[in-house]
Amino acid sequence: MTTTTDDTTTIDDTVDATVDTATAPVTPTASGTPAPHDRAHDDGADTDVLEDTGHAEARSVLAALASGARPPRPSALSASVTHGWRALLRIKHVPEQLFDVTMFPIMMLLMFTYLFGGALADSPSDYLQFFLPGILVSTIAMITMYTGIGLNVDAERGVFDRFRTLPTWRPAAIVGALLGDAVRYTIASVVIVGLGFAIGFRPDEGILGVLAGVAVLLAFAFSFSWVWTMLGLVLRTEKSVMSVSMMVIFPLTFASNIYVDPETMPGWLQAFVKVNPITLVVEAVRGLMQGGASAADLGWVALACGLLVGIFAPLTMRMYKNKT
Amino acid sequence: MTTTPTGLAIEANGLVKVFGETRAVDGLDLAVPAGGVYGVLGPNGAGKTTTIRILATLLQPDGGSARVFGHDVVSDADAVRGRMSLTGQFASVDEDLTGRENLVLLARLLGHRKPRALSRAEELLAAFGLTEAGDKQVKHYSGGMRRRLDIAASIVVTPDLLFLDEPTTGLDPRSRNQVWDIVRTMVGAGTTVLLTTQYLDEADQLAGRIAVIDHGKVIAEGTPGELKASVGSGALHVRVHDIEQRSVAATVLGAALGVEIQVDGDPAALSARVDSPERVPHALEQLSRHGVAVTQFALGQPSLDEVFLALTDHPATNEKEEVAA
Repeated sequence: MTTTTDDTTTIDDTVDATVDTATAPVTPTASGTPAPHDRAHDDGADTDVLEDTGHAEARSVLAALASGARPPRPSALSASVTHGWRALLRIKHVPEQLFDVTMFPIMMLLMFTYLFGGALADSPSDYLQFFLPGILVSTIAMITMYTGIGLNVDAERGVFDRFRTLPTWRPAAIVGALLGDAVRYTIASVVIVGLGFAIGFRPDEGILGVLAGVAVLLAFAFSFSWVWTMLGLVLRTEKSVMSVSMMVIFPLTFASNIYVDPETMPGWLQAFVKVNPITLVVEAVRGLMQGGASAADLGWVALACGLLVGIFAPLTMRMYKNKT
Repeated sequence: MTTTPTGLAIEANGLVKVFGETRAVDGLDLAVPAGGVYGVLGPNGAGKTTTIRILATLLQPDGGSARVFGHDVVSDADAVRGRMSLTGQFASVDEDLTGRENLVLLARLLGHRKPRALSRAEELLAAFGLTEAGDKQVKHYSGGMRRRLDIAASIVVTPDLLFLDEPTTGLDPRSRNQVWDIVRTMVGAGTTVLLTTQYLDEADQLAGRIAVIDHGKVIAEGTPGELKASVGSGALHVRVHDIEQRSVAATVLGAALGVEIQVDGDPAALSARVDSPERVPHALEQLSRHGVAVTQFALGQPSLDEVFLALTDHPATNEKEEVAA
């Protein structure tokens, strides 16, 4: 039986509250003894020492508060690179997310080379010379899709709220995520080119041509990803991002010069293929790897990249700012 | 700590936020003095989280205006972000990363160079009793540890204003007390804390002033003492040992206290609003004289439900929280 006074107990849970008063936490400034150690412990993983050393704890929190001076604001680049580092840490902790950039490219390359190679060119080996730059572009373009899905999931996490309340350059969270994705695209490129070499890909421009081609492709992938970041923030669920992204990416990659010569297509389709940014990138990458890349080819890619970023980056940031 | 000429950390006038059909915040006014803890008390769905999200620059209001240390939360959001930090209702840390990585990440994003970011993370882990857990992924933390990491993440740079959205919901009593201690320490160090809670008990323990909100509006404001006074001195809760004796107990108590006695759904429980606490000992004596054994006899402050009943004539219904994630 307990009798307590008016302001020490709540009634919605009287018994509990009465216990609480008996063991009321020592305020940091009080000089009593630490609270008795009679509360139920939470799970064993919690190995804290807070309650036993109430005073030392309050002092170290005070010390931590006292040394929390605000440093100068980081540059946009520094903030973006830090967010990129977060993306890499996430790959380290959740390596399964690399599945799409390793298995998918291998599957695509082998399937197309051996299934269709003989039918579309004289032999799988001949087809591979024409096809590898194309499948490289197509695979990377498809993988960029995961950027939007990843952002959609990430933006639902509480940590995004924290990022959005920091006094830093706002696009850094998105740019950083894209920098992290660039690492994934690089891994996928290495997988495809490496496997390509293993099964007989011999580009005329050698290794330097391949490197130049991959570099152009990565720049394009970064620019193209802004389409997905926007979709990732506009659409509500991961599933809807996935299906809308599919509807965008399939026409773009197939109605291009990746798989077959556009000359074989009807005129209206050729008209689309010609202005399809994927076609432009394939043209440039193929030229860089097999010879014959012109300044105009590269110029078109640069223009496509500029337009993609110029249109979709501001839209993405607008969505990011107003994200509820 | 610098303050506005008015000495207010937060000033909100007629804030409105509408989600579809729901007016989550509906003409809310708030004046939070700098220094101390200010409690925002209300049931789920009252608009607490939405209000915090507007004040923390995460949501744009559909009407009204708000200033944090004199900076408008819409037109001068960046200045607001430079003064405050937010510990959201759901852990505002990356669960896939370790505790240490989270703190280093934030220290870097706030502008610390790498060596200082590492040492700052170390300091904070130690201060919050997380050193041993520092290299574990946050998803393996207990609720209390997660909360502490979350608060540590909010003071990587010591903020002038800290928003704590339901900091102890779902915590066991021990972890809850730890969070309360941390909040008291921070206030002692000069940080203003705006805390939302569903528990009158919590607001009473921590807050110097409380705003009670319901349906997106402030329905009462004042010190905990003022609020309780507006509701009545308190309530007596009694449980009888033998449920057969409850009706006898009700009669005895009614006569001794001169008030109406409520009998709850619990067959052993009785309760009464008490306006003159000095008569309570007499009531206990009377029960014993009539041979009624009690297992509980406690006089306490009114519950949130009673505050709500008194202020709004409707109970705190715990409606579904209708804010966007």
